[in-house]
Amino acid sequence: MGNEEAVFFSRVLTELTLSFHIIFATIGVGVPLMIMIAQWVGIKKNDEHYILLARRWARGFVITVAVGVVTGTAIGLQLSLLWPNFMELAGNVIALPLFMETFAFFFEAIFLGIYLYTWDRFENQKKHLLLLIPVAAGASFSAVFISIVNAFMNTPQGFEFVEGQLININPLIAMFNPAMPTKVTHVVVTAYMTSAFVLAAIAAFRLLKGSDHIYHKKALFLTMKLGLIFSIASAIIGDFSGKFLAEYQPEKLAAAEWHFETERNAPLILLGVLEDEEVKYAIKIPFALSMLAHNDPTAEVIGLDQFPKDEIPPLYIHYLFDLMVFIGMWLVAISAVYVFSIWKGWAFVKTKRFLGLIVAGGPLAVLAIEAGWWLTEVGRQPWILRGLMKTENAATSSGQVDLMLILFSGLYLILGIGVIVVLRRMFKRNPVEKEIEDRQAGMEGEYH
Amino acid sequence: MTLEIIGISVLWLFLFGYVIVASIDFGAGVFNAYSTLTNREHILTNIIQRYLSPVWEVTNVFLVFFFVGMVGFFPKSAFYYGTTLLIPASIAIILLAIRGSYYAFETYGSRGHKGYTFMYGLSGLFIPASLSIVLTISEGGFVFMNDSKPVLDYWALFSNPLTWSIVLLSFTAVLYISAVFLTWYADKAQDKDATVLLRKYALIWAGPLIITAAGIIFELKAHNPEHYERILDLWWMFGLSFLLFIGTVWFVWKRRNFGLAVWFLIGQFAFAFFAYGISHYPYLLYPYLTIYDSFTNEAMAIALIIAFIAGLCLLIPSLWLLLKLFLFNKNYVRGKG
Repeated sequence: MGNEEAVFFSRVLTELTLSFHIIFATIGVGVPLMIMIAQWVGIKKNDEHYILLARRWARGFVITVAVGVVTGTAIGLQLSLLWPNFMELAGNVIALPLFMETFAFFFEAIFLGIYLYTWDRFENQKKHLLLLIPVAAGASFSAVFISIVNAFMNTPQGFEFVEGQLININPLIAMFNPAMPTKVTHVVVTAYMTSAFVLAAIAAFRLLKGSDHIYHKKALFLTMKLGLIFSIASAIIGDFSGKFLAEYQPEKLAAAEWHFETERNAPLILLGVLEDEEVKYAIKIPFALSMLAHNDPTAEVIGLDQFPKDEIPPLYIHYLFDLMVFIGMWLVAISAVYVFSIWKGWAFVKTKRFLGLIVAGGPLAVLAIEAGWWLTEVGRQPWILRGLMKTENAATSSGQVDLMLILFSGLYLILGIGVIVVLRRMFKRNPVEKEIEDRQAGMEGEYH
Repeated sequence: MTLEIIGISVLWLFLFGYVIVASIDFGAGVFNAYSTLTNREHILTNIIQRYLSPVWEVTNVFLVFFFVGMVGFFPKSAFYYGTTLLIPASIAIILLAIRGSYYAFETYGSRGHKGYTFMYGLSGLFIPASLSIVLTISEGGFVFMNDSKPVLDYWALFSNPLTWSIVLLSFTAVLYISAVFLTWYADKAQDKDATVLLRKYALIWAGPLIITAAGIIFELKAHNPEHYERILDLWWMFGLSFLLFIGTVWFVWKRRNFGLAVWFLIGQFAFAFFAYGISHYPYLLYPYLTIYDSFTNEAMAIALIIAFIAGLCLLIPSLWLLLKLFLFNKNYVRGKG
């Protein structure tokens, strides 16, 4: 196997592992917060339903956490196995947040174990809430630290590169790089948003399937409110990310927007198809790209003409950008309509048709996460460390990457099927109506 | 003490932590599978589940911690080991992934599939085997530089008796550590049948363990004489380790002081593990890579050590809480909590 093939297969395998991992990582970051909020609401309102909600979410969460942990271990090792030259170089500058991520992960793992096995040991529900705080904090902080590593790859700094040698290294400056604020907040908030919509989809699905239990209605209203807040926050931070790109990675923004020539009053291109370097069927919003990039409709936006041909990312990332943004806007819209209608007492949001839209929102949110990551990662090509090291120089010299790709594809297939089967079985056999009955019977048993 | 030594000591300590907790986990899987095959699963399954469930995720983190720290403190090791270990490390990841996730699927989702229990047990032997290959490679003689890139010679690796001795040692160590620990745990749970069975396993595996461990020292004499010399210099550490081993076997044989036996067990492996590590000094990969030429820059090393201390201030109390709630809590261990 030549170097070119090794690079190709290494890229495919990394993409496959990450695409699979981020589904579980995103749920892993967002759901603990939702569990914590449900537990807190339950205590505050003295409402058993929310406590039960927290427990049932937690039970399903364990399954997704398991897959998140093992695929996270896989990508952690694959970084060194598939990109040894990259890790050798970057490890000198970026090891600190990578190391801190494992601490956050450690912390979360310990308290998740404690939380799950002390459900019935403490009488006081507040103690359970206290246990959930380190779980949620650990989950969010591991996202923060690992996003810092990724931000560094986009805007490396904190060292000097002299004749192939790294000197004057400063780990903190490397951590607090220009991409870090927007990347970290966008990752964390979209994880919260996605988890809220996934949980909302589950509640809506039960209602759609004919359950009329108040438990599902409470769950739906809570998660849609959270989804609305986090989707609006995601959109605002997404706008900041656009401004960050215009300043630090103009080639990524230009490729995502099919902005070929540097110009003032730049229009934003929505949808469209690219044929022979010509954009067709697109909707152009005048001045909007200048607004997105610099908050000024007449500002100049750098186009792809400013970059050498071999440093331009693939142009298909435009479709990913559109996909991410449209889904984001769509989710803001349906959650806003739902929350407003419930508040006003309008009944159409309780129809099967609208519930169907909410059910679709869960998978759509996950798709938006995938599209966003593909956009940001492919948009960095051909660099692995922007401006410093090209992807083709970072890959392993080993000849067996294609075989590993086959093995890991099999693994993810097995894990994917396993998660679906187990989660379905877990909640089908034990619907909430039955669990409420069982719990009541249990409590009465204690009194008598 | 230089930063390099602090770095490698910290990592070695975490690797030791992983060896102990993972051995308990892997061995438990093997015993569980064996007792299922012989229709005695009712004796062991409860004890094993009660111990493993709250800690399986933490076990995994020890490993992640080790390799992330390794690349952090010694970035050049990513180049040498990353390039050469693609196949064995990928196999280990895949087995760990199936094992870890299916443990959760089984425990929280559905229950009781014999084929699965068997595979789970088997993976507990293959994972230590594929991970212990790293130790063999580190002794040198299996990696060659081709066009300034390291290449692993699989034929040399698999035809060498040292490789198989280390694999064998990993098998016996896993089974022995796990059996002794679980004997104590079962005794604490007042589960008589499980204690009897596990005690038997502990005594069965004690002999093979000490034979394989001693055998490797002699094989090193031929394979890497330099390393062998340094091992002889540390004879007293191996001696202490052996005395602690005798102590463990004695208590287990006499059916008393199981708690002390576990501490002796930990001491035995700590001495042997650290003596082996110290005698490996200063090489990470003989003869290409020492801890000095692979060490990260000073600024990063100091930052990592500070992060490490801060992290430990959070971790140690948390781990203590975990142990207190699940390992030293009588009611939980007896299945009443």
